[in-house]
Amino acid sequence: MNKVLYKLVNSGLLVGTLIASAGWAADTIKIGEVNSYKAMSAFLGPYKKGWEMGLDEINSQGGVLGKNLEVIYRDDNANPGDAIRVAEELRTREKVSMIFGGFLSHTGLALTDYAKRRKMVYLAAEPLTDKIVWENGNDYTFRLRPSTYMQVAMLIPDAVKLNKKRWGLVYPNYEYGQSAVATFMELLSKAQPGVEFVVEQATPLGKIDAGSVVQALDDAKPDAIFNVLFGADLGKFVREGNTRGLFEGKEVFSLLTGEPEYLDPMGAEAPEGWYVTGYPWNKIDTPEHNAFKAAYEAKYGEYPRAGSVVGYTSIKTIAALIKKAGSTDTDDLIKAFSGLSHNTPFGPITYRSQDNQSTFGAFVGKTALVDGKGEMIDFHYIDGADVQPSDAEVAAMRPAN
Amino acid sequence: MTLSGLLVQLLNGLVDASSLFLVASGLSLIFGVTRIMNFAHGSFYMLGVYVAYTFVSHMGESVGGFWVAIILSSLVVALLGALIEIVILRRVYRAPELFQLLATFSLVLILQDLALFIWGPEDLFGPRAPGLTGSIEILGRNFPQYNLVMIVIGPAVLGILWLLLNKTRWGVLIRAATQDREMVSTLGVNQAWLFTSVFALGCFLAGLGGALQEPRIPANLALDLESIGTAFVVVVVGGMGSIPGAFLAALLIAEVKALCIALGTLHIFGIDFPMSKMTLVAEFLIMAIILVIRPWGLLGKPQAAARNDHSAEPPLRPSLPIFKWCTAALVLALLLVPVFEETFPYAQIILVEIFIAVLFAASLHFVMGPGGMHSFGHAAYFGLGAYGAAILVVTWKLPMELALVAGPLLAVLGALVFGWFSVRLSGVYLAMLTFAFAQIVWSIVYQWDDVTGGSNGIFGVWPSDWLSSTTALYYLTLSIMLAGILILRRILFAPFGLAIRAARDSDLRADAIGVDVKRVQWVAFVVAGLFGGIAGAIYVFSKGGISPEAIGVGRSIDGLVMVLLGGVQTLFGPIVGASIFTWLHDSVARETDYWKAVLGMIILLIVLLFPAGIVGTLSHLWHWVKHHILLQTKKEEASK
Repeated sequence: MNKVLYKLVNSGLLVGTLIASAGWAADTIKIGEVNSYKAMSAFLGPYKKGWEMGLDEINSQGGVLGKNLEVIYRDDNANPGDAIRVAEELRTREKVSMIFGGFLSHTGLALTDYAKRRKMVYLAAEPLTDKIVWENGNDYTFRLRPSTYMQVAMLIPDAVKLNKKRWGLVYPNYEYGQSAVATFMELLSKAQPGVEFVVEQATPLGKIDAGSVVQALDDAKPDAIFNVLFGADLGKFVREGNTRGLFEGKEVFSLLTGEPEYLDPMGAEAPEGWYVTGYPWNKIDTPEHNAFKAAYEAKYGEYPRAGSVVGYTSIKTIAALIKKAGSTDTDDLIKAFSGLSHNTPFGPITYRSQDNQSTFGAFVGKTALVDGKGEMIDFHYIDGADVQPSDAEVAAMRPAN
Repeated sequence: MTLSGLLVQLLNGLVDASSLFLVASGLSLIFGVTRIMNFAHGSFYMLGVYVAYTFVSHMGESVGGFWVAIILSSLVVALLGALIEIVILRRVYRAPELFQLLATFSLVLILQDLALFIWGPEDLFGPRAPGLTGSIEILGRNFPQYNLVMIVIGPAVLGILWLLLNKTRWGVLIRAATQDREMVSTLGVNQAWLFTSVFALGCFLAGLGGALQEPRIPANLALDLESIGTAFVVVVVGGMGSIPGAFLAALLIAEVKALCIALGTLHIFGIDFPMSKMTLVAEFLIMAIILVIRPWGLLGKPQAAARNDHSAEPPLRPSLPIFKWCTAALVLALLLVPVFEETFPYAQIILVEIFIAVLFAASLHFVMGPGGMHSFGHAAYFGLGAYGAAILVVTWKLPMELALVAGPLLAVLGALVFGWFSVRLSGVYLAMLTFAFAQIVWSIVYQWDDVTGGSNGIFGVWPSDWLSSTTALYYLTLSIMLAGILILRRILFAPFGLAIRAARDSDLRADAIGVDVKRVQWVAFVVAGLFGGIAGAIYVFSKGGISPEAIGVGRSIDGLVMVLLGGVQTLFGPIVGASIFTWLHDSVARETDYWKAVLGMIILLIVLLFPAGIVGTLSHLWHWVKHHILLQTKKEEASK
């Protein structure tokens, strides 16, 4: 009951602050934020806590250009049409200087296009699709998180080392899954000629028939599996796979599974010995990350997730950007953004001038069960700059603006 | 694929069939007796998973404890269902057909936020069932023990339900009520408690279906909408109200899906067909085929006409001069909105959104209200119009003005095809066939990457330069909406409109006076499709693009909610409903993190206060007042 009361009071306070914030808004730099908070609440809750903490830090140190930063956030219902509507509202009514956010590929791409149309700077924080910086890239859009291509490329060296011939593929049936698998097949075939992809299962997002899919994979007798499933689909797949012995004697490579958002809900069921990209929050021992983790735990009483780092880093990018630009004028921001460098919990990053993608990286390692919980072991950090195609290839993909 | 592999895949199908059946049987039972299309049924299923997670985590360590926890969870859900039936649904049974839909829709919103509030946003993976954690070997493959139990439970529940319905007095009453509920109540059966008990049993089955999934799937907030679509499909394919039919349908759908997965990628004539991708649309294809061949589902019977169907639809009357003047004033006010851009910079943007919603709702109302055909898939035409326009601009490089005119023709084409099949059915079956077509359109759009941009959709489709300012777009949308509404209204008062209304009120009598009923209904479908498509085309240019979300089941439901909210049997209803719903959606979401629950409660309140929709109830009230005052003055004159 206490929890209930606490939540009620909390949400009341929230409404209060929202109303209050409208009053003293005059002397702040307003930043818009658009995300699918309701539809993706498990992932975007930590993300929001991340940028809120970063915002507090920035403002307690005097803000930027002598003004406090203010973030006005909106829910896009996981729908590009709604994302455009709230972005329009932020532009016209709130008069924000720039926008950031996005989680799903299609809202990210819609905002990318919107940024170009309205000549407004957009920092794509979370969306992974390669198109944001390549096929559909533009001068106004920058991206923080490592893309699908980069995450896949991080796993390739280990996959090549194992030299397995027969691969099975399982992925959610939409752009993220399709492009991850296409990249994986392309990069692995290049590095290891003669590799075979013997089975391919594209499952409806959120509605996997895990039993049938596990068996179909098993029947094809692959030596190794590349998995792109996440969330509830991943949980169902892993439990069914464990029971049916799918993973016995097979190597599994899996995107994002090492992030606490995906690993933790599986509890003791978490897979062992998978090669994953992710975020081993409790084992990274660098001064930057220790400081971030301590501050986060002190503020929220819980450990940071991958989204927390992304949210925190996004707002830090924006502060560094405005400071470097010396104004909130769009042209100045764009000029300053290209080649912008600043420090993050994962170390220094730079926004590449080739394609506006940051060099923010990720950790690659193997999963293991420690005290009845999934964790990442034997991991190392891979800098985003090291998993890019050549500049010529990038230039060929990016449209001339 | 080997034979043994195929056999085990069929076994996998049986497991899914059992889970599908449990949810669908409850839905079918509730519909059969109360005639309520319970949108919230998936929410009860979701609550079953969550409650079972909590109970099993606390007491499920022993075999006995686990099964007690499962039963207990189902009972909790049943109790909640009974409570909701008594407090809310009882108040809307007498409302016009389909209005109950609104109440159950608001429950979906409220229950989802309730689950978020209690259990939080993260996926919750419960413990496995004790004693059934491992697997046994079947044909050289490991098959989970728990899945074997699931295979048995489905038919067992079917058997128990059969006994309950055929061998008990309560079952006799249920079957009687399914046939003719007025007669049952005339014979002295307490209808209220009969309805409550059926609703509770239906919710128990949904809860049980959910609780039994606890060891297999993580509890998460997407389960409600994921399950409800499939549950409806199973019920309709089986035949509404038929429990054995639901079982057969569940079996058919689950086995077809298992086969699609088992087949993997087929190579036919050098082309790859990834069959696993078919799972996205398999159930809707099956439903469309079944409904075209067997209009009442596998084991269903023709629906007995509910006695208060279209009972007292007053004929449409041309509006009074005062109403016309008010409307003119409103239009004038809308024309002046851009003058105040400085003060209200967001007004034009949200109004464009509202205008599009109004045109969409008005076109849906055209088939639903005067047409009497409840389309659950109106998003298909919106989507075809939108994608038609977007593809013309992006792929064919046509100018925006031309695409805006030509895009909706794709919607007309869709309506020609879908309407031809749909008008051959009636009632719920018609509604579900339109739903199936909409889902098929959606899944083609979702997967045809080269043409439709797949899951990302198409973007970068902005208006021509002369229309690129917010104000220009505002005036364009306003004029298209006004023209659309006036044309639809004109059609309704034309001889063709009279024929539509005649066909709705009595197809036999309409037929007897020479109206070609099916043809008239078909044309009505096409007209509605055209204006739905226009709404879609203008949407594309206002948003700079289109994505599958914008044309999915969510938009169809939003359309229904708008029309019902305003009042089905008034011409002004959809306009008011669409405006209020869109505005609420936009403003409530900004105020609180629990906006779904708030929106749900507002809709529920409207449902309880305005049982004929907002405009419908207000106009009833107006007539009552007029009548009352007129009578009063007449009496006074008489006494003088």
